[in-house]
Amino acid sequence: MQFMLLFSRQGKLRLQKWYVPLSDKEKKKITRELVQTVLARKPKMCSFLEWRDLKIVYKRYASLYFCCAIEDQDNELITLEIIHRYVELLDKYFGSVCELDIIFNFEKAYFILDEFLLGGEAQETSKKNVLKAIEQADLLQEVRMTCCEQWGEI
Amino acid sequence: MPAVSKGDGMRGLAVFISDIRNCKSKEAEIKRINKELANIRSKFKGDKALDGYSKKKYVCKLLFIFLLGHDIDFGHMEAVNLLSSNKYTEKQIGYLFISVLVNSNSELIRLINNAIKNDLASRNPTFMCLALHCIANVGSREMAEAFAGEIPRILVAGDTMDSVKQSAALCLLRLYKTSPDLVHMGEWTSRVVHLLNDQHMGVVTAAISLITCLSQKNPEEFKTCISLAVSRLSRIVSSASTDLQDYTYYFVPAPWLSVKLLRLLQCYPPPEDGAVKGRLVECLETILNKAQEPPKSKKVQHSNAKNAILFEAISLIIHYDSEPNLLVRACNQLGQFLQHRETNLRYLALESMCTLASSEFSHEAVKTHIETVINALKTERDVSVRQRAADLLYAMCDRSNAKQIVAEMLSYLETADYSIREEIVLKVAILAEKYAVDYSWYVDTILNLIRIAGDYVSEEVWYRVIQIVINRDDVQGYAAKTVFEALQAPACHENMVKVGGYILGEFGNLIAGDPRSSPLVQFNLLHSKFHLCSVPTRALLLSAYIKFINLFPETKSTIQEVLRSDSQIRNSDVELQQRAVEYLKLSSIASTDVLATVLEEMPPFPERESSILAKLKKKKGPGAVSVSELEDGKKEAGSEINGGGGAESAAAASNASTPSPSADLLGLRSGAAGIGSATGAGSLLVDVFSESGTAATASSGTDENFLRDLDLPTESSDSLLVDSALASDSTPSSALGSEDPAPALPESDELLHKFVCKNNGVLFENHLLQIGIKSEYRQNLGRMYLFFGNKTSMQFIGFSTTVTCPGELQSQLNIQTKPVEPLVEGGAQVQQVLNIECLSDFTEAPLLNIRFRYGGTLQNITLKLPITINKFFQPTEMASQDFFQRWKQLSQPQQEAQKIFKATHPMDSEVLKGKLLGLGTALLENVDPNPENFVCAGVIQTKALQVGCLLRLEPNAQAQMYRLTLRSSKESVSKRLCELVAEQF
Repeated sequence: MQFMLLFSRQGKLRLQKWYVPLSDKEKKKITRELVQTVLARKPKMCSFLEWRDLKIVYKRYASLYFCCAIEDQDNELITLEIIHRYVELLDKYFGSVCELDIIFNFEKAYFILDEFLLGGEAQETSKKNVLKAIEQADLLQEVRMTCCEQWGEI
Repeated sequence: MPAVSKGDGMRGLAVFISDIRNCKSKEAEIKRINKELANIRSKFKGDKALDGYSKKKYVCKLLFIFLLGHDIDFGHMEAVNLLSSNKYTEKQIGYLFISVLVNSNSELIRLINNAIKNDLASRNPTFMCLALHCIANVGSREMAEAFAGEIPRILVAGDTMDSVKQSAALCLLRLYKTSPDLVHMGEWTSRVVHLLNDQHMGVVTAAISLITCLSQKNPEEFKTCISLAVSRLSRIVSSASTDLQDYTYYFVPAPWLSVKLLRLLQCYPPPEDGAVKGRLVECLETILNKAQEPPKSKKVQHSNAKNAILFEAISLIIHYDSEPNLLVRACNQLGQFLQHRETNLRYLALESMCTLASSEFSHEAVKTHIETVINALKTERDVSVRQRAADLLYAMCDRSNAKQIVAEMLSYLETADYSIREEIVLKVAILAEKYAVDYSWYVDTILNLIRIAGDYVSEEVWYRVIQIVINRDDVQGYAAKTVFEALQAPACHENMVKVGGYILGEFGNLIAGDPRSSPLVQFNLLHSKFHLCSVPTRALLLSAYIKFINLFPETKSTIQEVLRSDSQIRNSDVELQQRAVEYLKLSSIASTDVLATVLEEMPPFPERESSILAKLKKKKGPGAVSVSELEDGKKEAGSEINGGGGAESAAAASNASTPSPSADLLGLRSGAAGIGSATGAGSLLVDVFSESGTAATASSGTDENFLRDLDLPTESSDSLLVDSALASDSTPSSALGSEDPAPALPESDELLHKFVCKNNGVLFENHLLQIGIKSEYRQNLGRMYLFFGNKTSMQFIGFSTTVTCPGELQSQLNIQTKPVEPLVEGGAQVQQVLNIECLSDFTEAPLLNIRFRYGGTLQNITLKLPITINKFFQPTEMASQDFFQRWKQLSQPQQEAQKIFKATHPMDSEVLKGKLLGLGTALLENVDPNPENFVCAGVIQTKALQVGCLLRLEPNAQAQMYRLTLRSSKESVSKRLCELVAEQF
């Protein structure tokens, strides 16, 4: 996967994750173009489209569009389910997630994504394992660690 | 505000986000952001040391502002400080900021890398994962340099936690993608492959992406992964849906891992080991069987996951292309999907079937779905699905169904979306040519194309029909009759007029026997369209008229009348005027014999690949693959070739030999692109004319050039001027503009360097103007043709060009030229000839200033003319001994110029040779004892003196460097040549 974008029905970008090196200018251009293209599509249309030399896979959940760009040999259907699994993870973590959760806790949305996808590839597809990792991290924030070295000896 | 606050909420951040959301306008938002930025800046700069929490909060706010689309230019240092915090959340926010807002500031990178290094060494898995995520997200070369050695160790170490292994595998993958040269698996290879056997499914899922990427690059080293992948796949496929616990997704066991395993296997041919292969075939059969089972859930996630595996399995079956049974089953399965209610599945089935169509085993099976696919083309509501259907029809077409498919595509064209019309036109044109049994069908099809979608019929398409008609005499009469009928329509597309004009001009005689299409009727029909057409078409029609005079002497007086009319002979367009004048003159002074020779029927075109095919390939990546595969794969290809006109027979040869298969086939293009073919004949004729003074010697010979052959100079004095120009010493004359010439464009040196080793090409291009160059040199003389093409649809007014030799160049180079026409019509091209004489050696380049008005604004462009000292090289062949003798003779320090420089292009020895030959010197073989080196010799010819030059180029492939040495009797020549040549490699 080359990148993933989350944007609202009004075209506001809510999350962007780039797995290929691009300049800020290019990123903005791509975002603008894609948001426009995807928003122009009608509800019953197919979830895949060819765009430049990439394949775009997108799906709408309530007011949010999830949109992934994959390469020619990548599998469209499994990408659609990557999107769905990410939505499930957000849903489970926030408890019936809505757009506002992602706006106010954008950093969490990024952390969850990093546990699930890394470098554009699925890292851990088990819902339980991803959430366990995030919850452990949440627990850690309560614990004050005075000395890192202690951990090394455990 | 929603109830958030999982973990520790940052209240300040939530308030800020709320504020932004409550902003009523963009201005208010910017104001609020600026206020916040000022606040954060003062906090960061303040004397009081910030506590970790505040720092985290402010860094997070900055991140939010950045993600809103605003630039952030500070806070990086604070983020880096957070990396070494003891508190997990602070560290985490620090890493997130770095991942999103990497700054290549080297000082920071060092600090970041340092923090990462500490975390990787911490042996705390949570910290290690954070650090690895950061490397994977940034993936910069600096990070690869720092960590590419360490990460494989972490990946395979026995005591590494599973979650860390997962991150390490994908982190390494990212580094490998950015800097493959820095990632060396070497000793780790086998242990990495064995991660496929890992107990933890998550580890396998992550590792397999890395293994797939590495296998693509080094298939041999990773070959052992095949059997491991097959057994892993086999275990998953045969497991019950509950076996894999949380790795089962909507009743489908491990769909992501299955897809990745099938993908990995596509890096390799079918397994050689019979047992492994048998097991794999079993897996594939099971997957196909499962597709027939009733779904275990009604959820779309279930069917998507299941079908994702199925499509990947079909991809593998197609990749192997060796199991007829599986291929046919795959095809039947896809056939079911063609009628599925899910649009997504129909789309994918059409796409996948496109590749199946190119396999000899499944081609026939694919064909059985033709009606469904045609129906999809007609009824699908989503244009991207219709596009797939058109692709598939194209791929499944062969002689048996060509007429049906072409007819369907033609009728689809009438309502097709504008976005895909051009592609459909190209496809129809290719299929019609490829599978034409009789050429009258082909001609009908192309004329239908023009009728239905004339605007989308590119030049390649109508060039091709003319080419084929000219090459096949059995279709010429039919073509003439058909275009004649097509032209009867009161409103026909201009492309139809072009084809009609050309064909009637060549073959109108074949239908002239019928009084309904007598010569005069034909002429009147063509001429009735004349005033509706653009300049290039009118030019073509004028040529058709002169051909008519030759075909039908009885039309001569009528046509001469037309040519003589003011609207022709005084046409404001110089091209049209010139043609009218020349054709009128030619028809009145040349004898019938001469006319018959000059205006002879066009000779057959050399066989070549259809340029339409080339165009389609260029236009469309994936579609093109299926085109070529179809051609290569067809076992009965021989029977598809349609006699002399067949495109396929020539395809292979011309693929290799024609550098630009879409080149201007007929030399008809009057725009700027026609440069190449236009002038050869032109200059030849100029010379002929100046010697004999009559048109009688002009002959069309075998030149393919229909129109340009006839581009005679307007008056004989013209050609005299051209030839005598060298003698005169008048300063370059051009209308002087009121403003000073602009300074030379900054890129003009670069443009100049492009032409050191070649004489022809496009010198300059912007959105208005294209300047092409064609030049030839002999001894110390040269002639350069400049072609100024107006790319717009509006006139250039007051067009003038000035060539100047600045400074001492005035006494070194003598350049003569005539002013160009001050008016350049939209889409037209004007030509200017420069005669060049090299008086003595020179360093600077002459300047070309172009000025014109376009839409009221004055355009003022100055370029360097690519006339360089090496153009006056005379190659000198010599033996090794002579070379070194002279080399030694020229051993004084000022006679030598040397440069050591880095290669900017790949160091391909054939390319190097070509460039050195293009330089104008002789490339001496077997002279240098080191065969990798190149030596050249030549003499620069100037009026005042001759300068012998020797060149030696020593490539060092390992260092990607060259050493270039030039020796000549003149210091300035050695120096200049060295500069010029060093820019070429």
